[in-house]
Amino acid sequence: MYVAVKGGERAIENAHRLLAHERRGDASVPELSLKQISEQLSLAVDRVMTEGSLYDRELAALAIKQARGDLIEAIFLARAFRATLPRFGTSEPVETGAMQVRRRISATFKDIPGGQILGPTFDYTHRLLDPSLAGTSAPEAPAAADSDAATDAAPMPRVTDILGHDGLIEPSPVADEGAPVGDLTREPLNFPADRDLRLQNLARGDEGFLLALGYSTQRGYGRTHPFVGEIRLGEVEVEFLAEEVGFAVPLGRITVTECQMVNQFKGSASEPPCFTRGYGLAFGQSERKSMSMALVDRALRAREFGDDVKAPAQDEEFVLSHSDNVQATGFVEHLKLPHYVDFQSELGLIRKLRREFAEAQGERDPQLQEAAE
Amino acid sequence: MTAAGATNDEITTLRRRAMAVLADSCLDDIAEHMSVLTVPPYQELRAPENGLVMVRGRIGGDGSPFNLGEATVTRAAVKLAGGEVGFAYVLGRDPHKAKLIAVCDAMIQSADCAHVLDAVVQPLERAMAARRQQQDAETAATRVNFFTLVRGEG
Repeated sequence: MYVAVKGGERAIENAHRLLAHERRGDASVPELSLKQISEQLSLAVDRVMTEGSLYDRELAALAIKQARGDLIEAIFLARAFRATLPRFGTSEPVETGAMQVRRRISATFKDIPGGQILGPTFDYTHRLLDPSLAGTSAPEAPAAADSDAATDAAPMPRVTDILGHDGLIEPSPVADEGAPVGDLTREPLNFPADRDLRLQNLARGDEGFLLALGYSTQRGYGRTHPFVGEIRLGEVEVEFLAEEVGFAVPLGRITVTECQMVNQFKGSASEPPCFTRGYGLAFGQSERKSMSMALVDRALRAREFGDDVKAPAQDEEFVLSHSDNVQATGFVEHLKLPHYVDFQSELGLIRKLRREFAEAQGERDPQLQEAAE
Repeated sequence: MTAAGATNDEITTLRRRAMAVLADSCLDDIAEHMSVLTVPPYQELRAPENGLVMVRGRIGGDGSPFNLGEATVTRAAVKLAGGEVGFAYVLGRDPHKAKLIAVCDAMIQSADCAHVLDAVVQPLERAMAARRQQQDAETAATRVNFFTLVRGEG
């Protein structure tokens, strides 16, 4: 039990003043602007938007600045902010097939229609620290393909669609239009949870937690034999059917990363074997997150495929109950708040137990009893 | 072109096109292009208001919908003297941008339609297309061909 305490207002106020001072750091160093954070620490911004479950680059940058770069604290701030705004409604589902692609790779087919596009990636870099970035940098302008190559760009079907044509992969589940879509921000999560709710939970789940779980499936704790069918990054249009307007209003574009994981087979006496799938989708350029999400999504489908649920990544109650870093940090960090009343009762109890122990010992050994007194 | 001769579907198509272009443009560019228009008097039906829209994805990219996460959205509505009601719903929290979009949307439904298209929508649309083309060109320069190397003696 946590009991509120009174007093300490002055100390708390001074602690916050000190925090603001520390946040600013050496005043002779120029202060960070939100634009600098959003432009130059863009992947941190993407992570805060994804796990804060709030697409707004400027707010995420503000949260990162306020949190002194502590991303979980920043995610907490983003979540708290979203609770202050009314919700106008839900968008039409974004169409990732119509994305303006900035990166698109497949580890399963080297010759895919539309080609493999590396885009802005850390892949194939040498992971050597670059001393030239220690000062100011003036990178070369990006290379541009001649305009014909760019405008003649072939359409880019999803790799899973290509496999789907031959029935080699299971189709995506399709519910009736208008069927209710689970929303864990409105209804508390119950188990078993359907895949829509699981994906919502994973989308806002902690990247490190999902990374570790995804990794555990690769190491044999709930193996799924995954291949990256496709990862794509780019901009998609968001549309919102506003009742008073009478049509789907284009709200603008957001950046998302999508991962299609292709996994080993299912089949039955009545159905031929086919590949199965795991799906990941995240705001911004969040490749590790969307890959981990896709691995865990597939692992959590164990029940659906009649696999034994033996590994942590397959246990939906375990995964979904512990994926949220705001909840997790809240419960872990509340331990440092005053628990004086709790602890007083624990102290009382342990003194009583020790007294009883000493008494029991004394009955066996009167000398010890004397020593105890 | 004026709104008078257009069918409802044509007007809806125009309004959606304008909204997509304006949403993709920054406030300063919209304001600059609108500065050549004579904006008629209008009544503010809904002052710009910040809120959220839950963004949905589809399972597997093409399956049933699921809730991905929310995005900030600003909405506004204005009414012209002629009765045309213009709306804005746009990503972000910029009240001025939402207001200008609502005004453009109302004017597109009025006799000023051609002016808005000429002075605002089309130039911004060209700028948007140029930005996207530049991005596509930079993206295309990173297109790669992977070769499979056969090991051992063929």
